[in-house]
Amino acid sequence: MSLPLFATDSDPGPSFVDLLRTQGRAGPGSGSGGSSASAAGEIRHGTTIVALRYADGVIMAGDRRATEGHTIAHRRIDKVFAADRFSGVAIAGAAGPALEMVRLFQTQLEHYEKVEGATLSLEGKANQLSQMLRANLGMAMQGLAVLPLFAGWDELRRQGRIFTYDITGGRYEEADLHATGSGGRDARSAIKMGFREAMSRRDAVELAIAGLWEAADEDSATGGPDVVRGIYPSVATITAEGFDRLAEQEVAERFDDLIRAKGRRA
Amino acid sequence: MSMQFYAPPEQVMKDRADYARKNIARGRPLVAVTYEDGILLAAENLSRSLHKVSEIYDRIAFAGVGRYNEFDQLRVAGVRHADTKGYAYSREDVDARSLANSYAQFMGQVFTHELKPLEVEILVAELGVEPENDQLYHILYDGTVVDEERFTVLGGDAEEIASRMEQAFQDRWRLEEAVPAVVGALSGPDRSLEPAALEIAVLARSNGRRAFGRIGDGRLAEMLGDRPMATDGDDPHPPTDGVPTSDGDEVA
Repeated sequence: MSLPLFATDSDPGPSFVDLLRTQGRAGPGSGSGGSSASAAGEIRHGTTIVALRYADGVIMAGDRRATEGHTIAHRRIDKVFAADRFSGVAIAGAAGPALEMVRLFQTQLEHYEKVEGATLSLEGKANQLSQMLRANLGMAMQGLAVLPLFAGWDELRRQGRIFTYDITGGRYEEADLHATGSGGRDARSAIKMGFREAMSRRDAVELAIAGLWEAADEDSATGGPDVVRGIYPSVATITAEGFDRLAEQEVAERFDDLIRAKGRRA
Repeated sequence: MSMQFYAPPEQVMKDRADYARKNIARGRPLVAVTYEDGILLAAENLSRSLHKVSEIYDRIAFAGVGRYNEFDQLRVAGVRHADTKGYAYSREDVDARSLANSYAQFMGQVFTHELKPLEVEILVAELGVEPENDQLYHILYDGTVVDEERFTVLGGDAEEIASRMEQAFQDRWRLEEAVPAVVGALSGPDRSLEPAALEIAVLARSNGRRAFGRIGDGRLAEMLGDRPMATDGDDPHPPTDGVPTSDGDEVA
């Protein structure tokens, strides 16, 4: 591999996506996408993801199930990722293109940071993801839609912020909370009912978990806690300290509490 | 019609080498040295924002002396090389040796074919999983690659500094021991260097996935001992400084 050097008029700058383009390669969304939406039933889909604000920042969580049509394709897929030190991205939709988009997004943010010697603002990161989704529109129209949630700690405003997207790359900032994916509606209403301003970390984790529980209760494509195999949803916090994934043990304990509380009511 | 005078190839190469060497020797020096937790990179640099030492990839750092625009162009090319490779294959497949070879080929090509050689010396440092795997690739203006395992010196007064380093160097020393020794070797016996005149960074095994981190003036002043604190502590939000991240540094 020779050194990627460019003349000043064709330099891709700090963008990794543009760099790939100069090499005749491109990220997700560049494929022609096959014939029609008929593939949608056979490809893997990630399901429910949630994000909500709390006192110290943002919590993101996602269940662990991937489906192919009506079958469970995978039981321990991870849908919540660190995008960089102060932001995270969670994915719903076609799992293949979504995971690839996350990898490109992570590389893009780190590449910018290294080339420029400065990190992008949270808005800048959110807009980058928006552009990647727009590039994927062709594939989305053929049934391979990716719907991410983006959240992070805004170092300028000193607060957590949540962004949602549609398949066209439309970017919308949410005030307090959001959930997408097949169980997103149920998760969202559960979280909306329990949401309070400036919750503690523990309350916020419990609320996120309760949201995922309700989604798994109503939606066949969303996985609940798998006590038999010891698989629990992934939960992460993003605060002024950065992205931090909760230990599975802690998530398991919160679910045990939830299950006990539900059991008493029944 | 212009007259083409004959110049023997020996003379042409010698003139180019002299030209490059002279301009590199005028630049301020840089030392890279291994210590117990990784690799320490120390440069004399008065600028706060135009770095001589920077991050290329998870375990790879770049350092350059000489003409800033030339080595910065090489740095950016290195980041592009590494990120493209890591994206196409996997993060583990990005290694310093192949990057050093690419640099050497390019610099050798420029040296023999272009009007003017690059007036830079660069260093590609790679942090090993174990201390014995740490690598320092020192690449000269003509594309010569020298690989070192203990320390290497780039830029002006390299020989004098190297002999001072030879005396000071200890195998597997701690960072707190290595920093004052390296700064002493850079400055020599007749002067002292203030934290503000130094750029210090490390590739540390304890830093997690992104091993690169800068050492701010505050911490540097502490390590250098008896000097007054130049600033009120480390920059609390360094931009790219791979500050140790616990488990927030995973990749898909």
